[in-house]
Amino acid sequence: MATEKYFGQSLKRVEDPRFITGTGSYTDDISLPHMVHAAMLRSPYAHAKLSSINTSAALDMPGVLKILVGQDLLDAKIGSIPTGWLHPGIKLPPHYAITPDKARFVGDIVAAVIAETRQIAEDALQLIEVDYEPLDSVTLGSDALKDGAPQIHQEAEDNRCFTWHIGDKIEIDAMFAKAAHSVSVTLRNNRLVPNAIEPRASLAQYSKASDEFTLWTTSQNPHIHRLMLAAFIMGIPEHKLRVIAPDVGGGFGSKIYQYPEEVIVLHASRLLGRPVKWSARRTESFLSDSHGRDHETEAEMCVNAEGKVLAMRVKTIANMGAYLTTFAPAVPTYLYGCLLSGTYPFKGIYCEVHAPFTNTVPVDAYRGAGRPEATYLVERLMDMMAGKLGIDPAEFRRQNFIPADAFPYQTPVALVYDSGNYEPALDKAMEMIGYQALREKQAALRQEGRYLGIGIISFLEACGLAPSALVGSLGAQAGQWESALIRAMPTGKIEVFTGTHSHGQGHETSFAQVVADELQVPVADVVLIHGDTGRMPYGWGSYGSRSAAVGLNAIKLAADKINHKAKRIAAHLLEAAVEDIEHSQGNFHVKGFADKSKSFFDIALQAHLAHNYPTDLEPGLEASHFYDPSNFVYPFGTHIAVVELDGDTGQVKLIDYACVDDCGPIINPLIAEGQVHGGIAQGLGQALLEEAIYDDSGQLLNASFLEYTMPRADDTVMFKLGHTITPSPHNPLGIKGIGEAGTIASTAAIANAVVDALKPFGIDHLDMPYTPSKLWRAMQTAKQRGLGQAAD
Amino acid sequence: MYTSEFDYRRANTLAEAFELLAQDPEAKLLAGGHSLIPAMKLRLANPSMLVDISQLSELKGIGLEGEVITIGAMVTHRNIEFSSLLKSHLPILPEAASLIGDPAVRNKGTIGGALAHADPAADYPAVMIALDASFKLASPNGSRVLRAEDFFQGLFETALAEGEILSEIHIPLRAGYQMAYEKFAHPASRYAVVGVGVLMKTANGICQDIRVGLTGAADYARRLNKVEDALNGQSLSKTVTQTASQDAVDVDSLLSDNFAPSDYRQHLLTVICSRALNRAAQLS
Amino acid sequence: MADKVNITLSVNSKTRQSQVEARQLLVHYLRDTLGLTGTHVGCDTSQCGACTVFVDGQAVKSCTIFAVQCQGSEITTIEGIGDIGKLHPIQEGFWEKHGLQCGFCTPGMIIAAADLLDRNSNPSEQEIRHALEGNFCRCTGYHNIVKAVQYAAEKMQAAGD
Repeated sequence: MATEKYFGQSLKRVEDPRFITGTGSYTDDISLPHMVHAAMLRSPYAHAKLSSINTSAALDMPGVLKILVGQDLLDAKIGSIPTGWLHPGIKLPPHYAITPDKARFVGDIVAAVIAETRQIAEDALQLIEVDYEPLDSVTLGSDALKDGAPQIHQEAEDNRCFTWHIGDKIEIDAMFAKAAHSVSVTLRNNRLVPNAIEPRASLAQYSKASDEFTLWTTSQNPHIHRLMLAAFIMGIPEHKLRVIAPDVGGGFGSKIYQYPEEVIVLHASRLLGRPVKWSARRTESFLSDSHGRDHETEAEMCVNAEGKVLAMRVKTIANMGAYLTTFAPAVPTYLYGCLLSGTYPFKGIYCEVHAPFTNTVPVDAYRGAGRPEATYLVERLMDMMAGKLGIDPAEFRRQNFIPADAFPYQTPVALVYDSGNYEPALDKAMEMIGYQALREKQAALRQEGRYLGIGIISFLEACGLAPSALVGSLGAQAGQWESALIRAMPTGKIEVFTGTHSHGQGHETSFAQVVADELQVPVADVVLIHGDTGRMPYGWGSYGSRSAAVGLNAIKLAADKINHKAKRIAAHLLEAAVEDIEHSQGNFHVKGFADKSKSFFDIALQAHLAHNYPTDLEPGLEASHFYDPSNFVYPFGTHIAVVELDGDTGQVKLIDYACVDDCGPIINPLIAEGQVHGGIAQGLGQALLEEAIYDDSGQLLNASFLEYTMPRADDTVMFKLGHTITPSPHNPLGIKGIGEAGTIASTAAIANAVVDALKPFGIDHLDMPYTPSKLWRAMQTAKQRGLGQAAD
Repeated sequence: MYTSEFDYRRANTLAEAFELLAQDPEAKLLAGGHSLIPAMKLRLANPSMLVDISQLSELKGIGLEGEVITIGAMVTHRNIEFSSLLKSHLPILPEAASLIGDPAVRNKGTIGGALAHADPAADYPAVMIALDASFKLASPNGSRVLRAEDFFQGLFETALAEGEILSEIHIPLRAGYQMAYEKFAHPASRYAVVGVGVLMKTANGICQDIRVGLTGAADYARRLNKVEDALNGQSLSKTVTQTASQDAVDVDSLLSDNFAPSDYRQHLLTVICSRALNRAAQLS
Repeated sequence: MADKVNITLSVNSKTRQSQVEARQLLVHYLRDTLGLTGTHVGCDTSQCGACTVFVDGQAVKSCTIFAVQCQGSEITTIEGIGDIGKLHPIQEGFWEKHGLQCGFCTPGMIIAAADLLDRNSNPSEQEIRHALEGNFCRCTGYHNIVKAVQYAAEKMQAAGD
């Protein structure tokens, strides 16, 4: 029996055999008898009134079964897609799955074709005649807020969705007035396309016999999909809808949301009495998966005469896109404004956020969600201030950390950090990269006209969403606890059900490790089941790095209940007092009598037979737990990026990367490190390569992999990873999240590295992504001012 | 994403290909398909018939006859990348091939398909112009031979007439010449934003003969005569090549896009040109 | 409507005869007609590589070749590379080194890696990265994919010695 703990071991993943042999089952892999196919007609205009839609030629095509337009859904009493987070005064214009009146972005669905084959459905799209009346459009958030901007929704005057602020402006202004030094920056946080490699897909089946629907869909949170579809959109009783998220090929936030296509296939399956499948083509992914970031920000930061941080003032315009998707309002507010203190003891922070609608794809949470934007802003300002004061950026951070003995620490932006110890992570990362030697090398190379850049950042994030009452008071329309159900079977095998969802994070392995430890059984005896509302208890899914911090703690507490009951059964079988039963070496035995013992199997069997069983105990060995944490968790760390800039072409290349993350105790280092690797690459994507670009007419110019640059194997390096371990004091396992940390940190680290490379040119800020032409132009401009010549 | 419907015919001989093309004015030739099929999926191209010539054995050889290397139009980029004959005689060609797309694209894509498509950012055209290659354009009525620099005529436009098939590429051997291809790739498409091919003969550090081909920067591939003129007969140094690149590179109708606006592309052109020149001239 | 075409080809060493529409891409033939869903579709423009399979021993993107073009060809998909009871060293490498997370790019990535190791049994890190540039992964940052290929190369070399 298990004597060694699985916690902390790099077990190979149990989910891998199906993936490496091509036997995984993603939504688009599922085919059902009599299945038919949907294809979406999307608006080619950013903003246009729909004067008329003529579907007759398309309907005449052999094999075309149904064409749906917006009015059809209204007639069927299908409601608007709601958002899951509200602010006071927020404007909530309707978001219909098929727009009935006008198209509000390129990609807005104006009709759907259902046909016998996908080929026929796509052929029929060509024959639908839509009479569009093009309207003026606006894609930049600040332009949408200007007087005279085209109005996108009649429910939102001046395109204003909401305004939000935190902090006392007068108080902060007073701090600035007394400050010794201040720096300011105007920046654009570039819009990103999530691009999970698996495009979104949905398959709906309606059973007339039971009046039940089943929806297979690419979801990070099937219960949320079911709730929104049932209670708000489709009017299906919640118990008549089963949502299954089978294998899901990456999410990064983009598969949290309730999208129009799921509504359309469900409705069509009811109309036709046949299963209906839709799967996105990549261009549709670009034009319909909620995008990320897209901020325009003006910010200032000040320090006192001793160089200690004092205050920050931030004004951000956060583009919401054409409609609100599920978490959009939370992202640039509670996940951004509340994170602006970073790892530093600011005395005051004021942040106001203006959120306009625009004629673009909706913007919502994308890996990190608000926290990369906050970290990027804080860490850019920290670098600028260090530069102004002439202090090494690493040293400036060290001088300004919240001290290790200050926790729990109340920030000026609502959050209370439960724990933290920032300096050891900084020291370790600097040692791993060889910081001092690098600075010397940088100086020497600059003499030769070569431009090395070293970017160092300290980051903190709040994740593990989290106290339900708190998020509810802030506007969440859902709870944020998590559920677990553990069921031991007569043979001693164990099923674990979780409300979280794994779409690459390896929960089937890491969660099983924890359960196996708690119950002291072989890990192979434990199976994790997730992603099916028909099988698992209610739960809120996976995002915001909450699966381990919330979901796994729920599992741990359910396991405690199993053990508690098992001890009572053991006491009965061993004719001992329950207080005398010890659980060790995989057995329940009487204290002091190692041979008086029962295995987990013995107990599970007896729990099911109940032949020789305590009279005051229920049979069966099953426990559930709903865990609602008392706070977020606060992972932190230091990341250091090294880049080299080609002074001739402006091309920049990552050449080295070291990071120290503190995510608390690590269950499976192999998996945790994998999360960091992937996160770093996504931050690299934002910093160096990726940006969704709209032209003046609202066309997304780079809506394919031919134009939108994804990080590839030759863009990354072998990352150097290290850890410090500061457990969270408030959850049973002490664990924190690791899913987003890499992205939150690396975006800023690589940005700082590139700006550091530009130092000889007198440049202290430049917006991402650092494309060659942008860097070349910046260098050219500097050279015209006589800066940046070698050895000057 | 599906294409429109079409009839598929596989040609087993060049003669058969001509016959099939004659049957249907809307027919298109299918070679590696890496440009045509994506365009068909987007329904930007809707041919009623595809004549598949990718398996034509008569267009699949790489051979040396006398002083001329002949490459069949249906030779894949991969076969060029790994051809020992080309590696030893015209190393610039395997080098350029190794920079096209990615390995799976190179396994399927063909040199003839790429040249006939005349994408302004394709790699081969610069190399073909630098090597002074000629293309055999076959038709039912016989064939003609055209120099590479006369073949490319505009954005996706070539000298190929209706019903003609680019069947072979002829490249004269270049004993005693040095050659280099330098490319600045678009990070997403991996096409050349600027690509410069250089063929050069030097003696005692003096440029005796030079040909320079350019791709990516403008609407079609072209020869950089002024750079050649600036260097012919000159004693080579990095300063000289840099000056030649800066002064002599003026290209009309520079392409411009978000990734490389025309002024940046112009600058990149001088940088990549001088890098290609320096590498060919072995100036470190 | 265009006529359907008869094709005969070998897929994972099994002879298959089918009637296909000329416009059916190989990837859809494999997935929809043969039910071999291990090969995935991740884009429309032959960039992402999720659909990579072997056609006559060479890795190609099955979204950019019509099934009719494969008349007489030998196709190997991820399902034909190795079985859980008998994994190919590259599959083993991906498992050992955590070279996958969501698994969606993995089949294409494994085929691309096999194509590389066929022509270069001892690739450098840079050669591996260059050879995989036609295969996108959004999860791993490629770190452990490179390690997986290195693992396989070593293992295959040791087996060949």
